[in-house]
Amino acid sequence: MTDRITGLIVVVLALAYFASATQLQEPFFSDPLGPKAFPMMIASVAVICGLVMIMKPDQEPEWPGLTTFMHIGIAVVALVFYAYTLKPLGFLVSTAIAGTAVSYLIEARAKNAVVTGVIFSGGLFLIFKFIFGLSLFALPRWLMG
Amino acid sequence: MDIFANLAIGFDVALSPFTLALAVAGCILGTMIGSLPGLGPSNGVAILIPLTFSFGLDATQALVLMTSVYYGAMYGGRISSILLNIPGDEPAMMTCLDGYPMAKAGRAGDALVLSGVASFVGALLATVGLMLLAPLLASVAYQFGPAEYFALYMLAFATLGGIGSNNQAKAALAVCIGLGIATIGVDASTGMTRFTGDNMHLFDGIDFLVAIVGLFAVSEVLVFIESHGKDSAIGVKLEKVRIPWGDIVRTKWTMLKATAIGFIAGLLPGAGASLGSFLAYMQEKSSVRDNSQFGKGDPRGIAAPEAGNNAAAGGALVPMLTLGVPGSGTTAVLLALLMTLNITPGPTLFNDRPEVVWGLIASLLIANVVLLVLNVPMVKMFSRVLQVSPAILLPGVTLVAFVGIYSLTGSYFDLLLMIGFGVLGYLLRKMDIPSVPVILGILLGGHMEVNLRRAMVLSDGDWTYLFSSGISVGLWIAAVLGFLAPFILRGKLKPPTQSS
Repeated sequence: MTDRITGLIVVVLALAYFASATQLQEPFFSDPLGPKAFPMMIASVAVICGLVMIMKPDQEPEWPGLTTFMHIGIAVVALVFYAYTLKPLGFLVSTAIAGTAVSYLIEARAKNAVVTGVIFSGGLFLIFKFIFGLSLFALPRWLMG
Repeated sequence: MDIFANLAIGFDVALSPFTLALAVAGCILGTMIGSLPGLGPSNGVAILIPLTFSFGLDATQALVLMTSVYYGAMYGGRISSILLNIPGDEPAMMTCLDGYPMAKAGRAGDALVLSGVASFVGALLATVGLMLLAPLLASVAYQFGPAEYFALYMLAFATLGGIGSNNQAKAALAVCIGLGIATIGVDASTGMTRFTGDNMHLFDGIDFLVAIVGLFAVSEVLVFIESHGKDSAIGVKLEKVRIPWGDIVRTKWTMLKATAIGFIAGLLPGAGASLGSFLAYMQEKSSVRDNSQFGKGDPRGIAAPEAGNNAAAGGALVPMLTLGVPGSGTTAVLLALLMTLNITPGPTLFNDRPEVVWGLIASLLIANVVLLVLNVPMVKMFSRVLQVSPAILLPGVTLVAFVGIYSLTGSYFDLLLMIGFGVLGYLLRKMDIPSVPVILGILLGGHMEVNLRRAMVLSDGDWTYLFSSGISVGLWIAAVLGFLAPFILRGKLKPPTQSS
């Protein structure tokens, strides 16, 4: 079933990509092929692949249960949060939070996870700042003045 | 110009203290990365690449460091195959078959040493092969025009999708995803933007390092969260390590044969080390008189795949350096490194930047000796690395990936993109869609389109021009064969299993 659904999504996306390629403007001075042809070729091959997946699906993959999916979702949210907070919160705080979250999600031992996060945050800061010479802010900017 | 003069240039570069230190550091780091289950050469090299830029290394130094990590990881992959029955990386899969049974029979040390020596033989001879063959291939590559390059890219994608995968449609789809992503951004020929959705961040296209780190490293983290990093306790005893001279002498021909097979498999663009170790194992098993011990700890079943995959690792560097077409996932990552350093691999590299090519080759020769020392007398030290908990390792991988990409681009948008690629990589992996073709598509898509359009300019839109030279026709035929081979050979190429 997974393959059939994926195949369908692939066909729809490939057609959308194809349609969007036809909308590209041909500049006045262009090469014989122009900017449209290559994307249209890719889209055509992708449609064929999608159709094959619909008609000849593989065995169903082992999807994890709902809780595991939630964990993966939380991990993704934590990483997005990290991406947004790296600058405003400073390196130390945001990295410690992200490290703790990932560690806890892999092995649910809170104390170990916090220790892992904090040590990584401090250690990586020292390495990146003083060995690699990256310009990282340790703490939120408003604290650093 | 002859090989010895070139090697002299190379050793001059490689023996400078700093470069030498980088090679040794790369070997140690690589062996550790390779031995950790879940971290292989491609994701190991991927997360380290952004750091080489912030470290301010020049092209040769960056390449020496990264290829040492690459070779090291290829050596190290066997350690967890033998001790845990979990391959440290994909090419080390075949080593599980006989390595783990041998370790269970109380000969873990012997298995590690034998496979270390086999790795050395394979990697060293392949480096010599690289040294002899690469300049030759480079001189042929001078005759390549746009039609030939287009055919060559087709060959790379076809072999990757054919021999290298289980499901042709899925591999081809992966290529399309990569090529499609490559078309995002400014069209080099007309200067107009395509498929950016007017998002300013996308005008320059998607940085392939962002995609690589996302697909290889971030997705790995998600996979580990799913599996909760379950059991990685060493199930076998590792006694004092001594050298099993008998086994080494008895498997010398096995190693040499496997090296030749692996090297050739590595040369095929897109096929890579996994194929090398697979073919070497199968060949050995089918050619010996008594193969009843295979899968139960036959020393030949350890020597063959290890020599094969390390030889393939060296072989894969040949098309990467001479043609700009990588032969495996890791060489694709190395190609990304070169492209980011503004070095265009290809025949001209050998004339314009001999210090890069020959410095690299000389460093690889040195790295092999270093790796033999690390992987034979000191192997016990690396077996301890296996006990690092994933709950410590994976956060480290995530954080290094983030800081690496952030230091490279300084944009939170790229971090989000990287997370997106991580999720994509996870889904692809669940559905058994390979992610290496995606990377290769992103890397080569631009060149592929430019060459196709150049060919059409030269021929004024005549498509038969693509098949007008002997070289291009040969490449097209090889591409078709490479893609169709699995349909014909499917029955014969069933992966063997352990019989314990």
